[in-house]
Amino acid sequence: MLQTAAPVALVPIERSPGYWATVWSRFRRDPVAVGAGLVVLALILMAVFAPLIAPQDPFKGMALRRLRPPGTDGYPLGTDELGRDMLSRLIYGARLSLFMGVTPVLLALGAGATIGIVAGYAGGWVNTIMMRIIDVFFAFPSVLLAIALSGALGAGIANGLISLTVVFIPPIARIAESVTTSVRTRDYVEAARASGAGPLRIIRTQVLGNVMGPIFVYAMSLVAVSMILASGLSFLGLGVKPPEPEWGLMLNTLRTAMYIQPLLCALPGLMIFLTSIAFNMLTDGLRSAMDLKA
Amino acid sequence: MSTPILEVVDLIKHFPLATGLLGRAGSAVRAVDGVSFAVQERETLGIVGESGCGKSTTARLLMQLIVPTSGAIRYQGQTVGTKALPLKEFRRQVQMVFQDSYASLNPRLTVEDSIAFAPTVHGVSGDQAVRKARALLDRVGLEPARFAGRYPHELSGGQRQRVNIARALAVEPRVLLLDEAVSALDKSVEAQVLNLLLDLKDEMGLTYLFISHDLEVVRFMSTQVLVMYLGRIAEVGPTEALYTASRHPYTTALLGSLLSMDPDNRRTQAPLAGDPPNPIDPPPGCRFHTRCAYAEPVCSTREPDLGGVGLAHAAACHMAHPGTGHSRAAGRVA
Amino acid sequence: MTKDKILRVEQLSVTFTGGTKPVRAVDNVDLDVARGEVLALLGESGSGKSVTLRSILRLHNEKRTRIDGRIIADGTDVTLLDGDALSRFRGKTVSMVFQEPMLALDPVYTVGRQINEAIRRHESVSQDTARTRALHLFERVRIPSPERRLDSYPHEMSGGMRQRAMIALALACSPKVLLADEPTTALDATVQVQILLLLRDLQRELGLSMIFVTHDIGVAVEVADRVAVMYAGRIVELGPVRDVLRTPRHPYTVGLLSTRAHGGRLSGNRLPTIPGSPPDLTNLPAGCAFAPRCSSVTESCRTKAPEARAVGAGHTVRCILQHPTVGPK
Repeated sequence: MLQTAAPVALVPIERSPGYWATVWSRFRRDPVAVGAGLVVLALILMAVFAPLIAPQDPFKGMALRRLRPPGTDGYPLGTDELGRDMLSRLIYGARLSLFMGVTPVLLALGAGATIGIVAGYAGGWVNTIMMRIIDVFFAFPSVLLAIALSGALGAGIANGLISLTVVFIPPIARIAESVTTSVRTRDYVEAARASGAGPLRIIRTQVLGNVMGPIFVYAMSLVAVSMILASGLSFLGLGVKPPEPEWGLMLNTLRTAMYIQPLLCALPGLMIFLTSIAFNMLTDGLRSAMDLKA
Repeated sequence: MSTPILEVVDLIKHFPLATGLLGRAGSAVRAVDGVSFAVQERETLGIVGESGCGKSTTARLLMQLIVPTSGAIRYQGQTVGTKALPLKEFRRQVQMVFQDSYASLNPRLTVEDSIAFAPTVHGVSGDQAVRKARALLDRVGLEPARFAGRYPHELSGGQRQRVNIARALAVEPRVLLLDEAVSALDKSVEAQVLNLLLDLKDEMGLTYLFISHDLEVVRFMSTQVLVMYLGRIAEVGPTEALYTASRHPYTTALLGSLLSMDPDNRRTQAPLAGDPPNPIDPPPGCRFHTRCAYAEPVCSTREPDLGGVGLAHAAACHMAHPGTGHSRAAGRVA
Repeated sequence: MTKDKILRVEQLSVTFTGGTKPVRAVDNVDLDVARGEVLALLGESGSGKSVTLRSILRLHNEKRTRIDGRIIADGTDVTLLDGDALSRFRGKTVSMVFQEPMLALDPVYTVGRQINEAIRRHESVSQDTARTRALHLFERVRIPSPERRLDSYPHEMSGGMRQRAMIALALACSPKVLLADEPTTALDATVQVQILLLLRDLQRELGLSMIFVTHDIGVAVEVADRVAVMYAGRIVELGPVRDVLRTPRHPYTVGLLSTRAHGGRLSGNRLPTIPGSPPDLTNLPAGCAFAPRCSSVTESCRTKAPEARAVGAGHTVRCILQHPTVGPK
């Protein structure tokens, strides 16, 4: 009897703006969040177009011009301990620093969200076993875990990435698990089960749309942490190796000049600080924009 | 009698409570404890009872959303989950409408996508499913052009419940389980939805299981009524027989708790004292004996059978049957 | 006449200003309660019944709410109270029973302690005196083994018993007016009757005045002397419970009474209904708010909201219809 309705042509219907359109329009009206977003965008552009922006070669040092203070002629932000242009190195540094901030989080997001969603949706003993294993990783402070892992794997960018990814999988998995667990028991998921759909289809159509937002926002808040941890690893000589420009590493190599040029030494730290604040404020803005009653 | 469309045989669901450290057998919430009933095609079986009586658990068991501890569910004589009747096919035949109209719709999906979901699970193409969704929206009284592209939060409670009904009907089921489906609605809207349900039933030849705590609404909707108390059936029978000549004191007490609607003849006495007891440790014997005005020693030692007291009318009370040892047992006192 | 009115609400309007646009939840409500009288505020979601009740205790967030009009309780204007005076007023002159006692009672203290504190907040009495009074209150609300129950935490009690404890707490400081916000809605039918009877008995014994908010006309009939029917923030009909029940004058009241799936009605026949949805307060029509759902609507209903007019002794209605026998569509 319902089939008879099928030949009716699909008439145009009124459509409400979707969830993400609403989130975007709320986000746009939050000046702090938009400002933070612009700073992040600027940092990304700076990293991508570093060769075009940087006034000098970041690797070329001049033994005669070491540790010049900011404002020196031709070196607006001074020179480092090997006489390389600070400004150019800071600009180039954005490349590795952002890369080390974002990549481990993205990798961990893929792995952690999968683990968490599967554990959360499965529930029962599957959940218990998976989450207890995750808890083991929680027993270590993240800094220690990262240092221990890269220490074991050896210095280098790839090993740094691996150890940071491992560090971020447990927290993301745990958030994903708790969000999924709360969604799993909602009536609409029950209704989907009652309509005969299998678990994969339910996760894809009913669960993902409701859990990915919060998980993504949480992951984004880890970008700043990842960047700082990566800088920390470089500082300890475990992540990026000299002479690559990376803010954490620059902070490390400049620390001997702390009493000679304190302002100069502070510059890489300032960049780390600025970037992580921008990411955090962007995350906060997104979170509140996504906090719809709906 | 013809094969009932839906039959439940000795259904039991115990939720184990957290066991002790050493794995001692913990106690369990005996939510549904030996329930059997049958629904004939095109009937409406109303299920009433207070919180903790197991009516919602029964609904979830029927829908196979939770696994029963024991017992069988048969659809048209065939046990669900066998080769003859796979679960997926059963779920095409039996659908459910939940109480919370908001929680039962995915907030990220438009109304038409929510309705179209189930048909696509059963192999209908996306385009066909959307057409069907819009036709159903129209049928439940929501103009498709205005409502199909909306999100649940933009609709009123009554409109959302109409969407839920449309969603349940999208796979063309024969049986609809309505679990407190109108309880959260305003009275003026409740009447609209009840009328809609009556019309749909006539039109599509549906069978309803109407679960509610509201005796008036159950009386209005149902052809048969089943009264549950602490996980067991207290009384079951044709609606009017049960409402006018109840044989179980619990049913009588429930009916006696209805509001008077007469300012000159207000209720002066509550038929029962206290709250329904906890289903974790149901009392021995008749579960109602702790609150029953007619309880006698036999009631706390022997559990009454659900025995016939009239045409399709049965009550689980020692007073309703002769020879049970209760001084008011049928036969001695009329 | 006004002397024996313990509570008067005059021209009360409540506007919530927190959202994107202000929402007028209560619009020019006038009502009064005599000593020892029970008034029921009856309405559906969005009618403003709970908002009205909460404004009497000033429970709304002051920053996001604009309250106009006067609320005079036992001679004091509640809208002018602040700080200590407001705290003294709450619980002592007027107190409240909520729908969900689990949310209103503090989960980390025993109910006995909460009652003790309520008493000692308002009166300087010893712990022992307070305890004795709490015990007495528990006996009054008929909690079995009251001595033991005073030391229970809210979660250890059943729903009906929690509501009794909540009532005991509300009565702790012998208030003159008791406000009840759907106190039986969350309860089972057999427990609802018990609580309604208890409230009615206590009200009579203590000579309390009560405002009883409910969405269920049956509950109103069971406890109230007078009924005020609210719709979209206005009182559309007000009168003695008998008159409103037997000769309803507003089409909305007529509709509410006829849509009840009530005993005598033949099952399976369609119910008369009020078409449409409850009003959207952010988007109210000009004129009578019920006009879009009313079968007897006239042109003037859509332009001008009708004034309240008397149709009997103490019976007023906001509707221009002379013969309201015509029900809704």
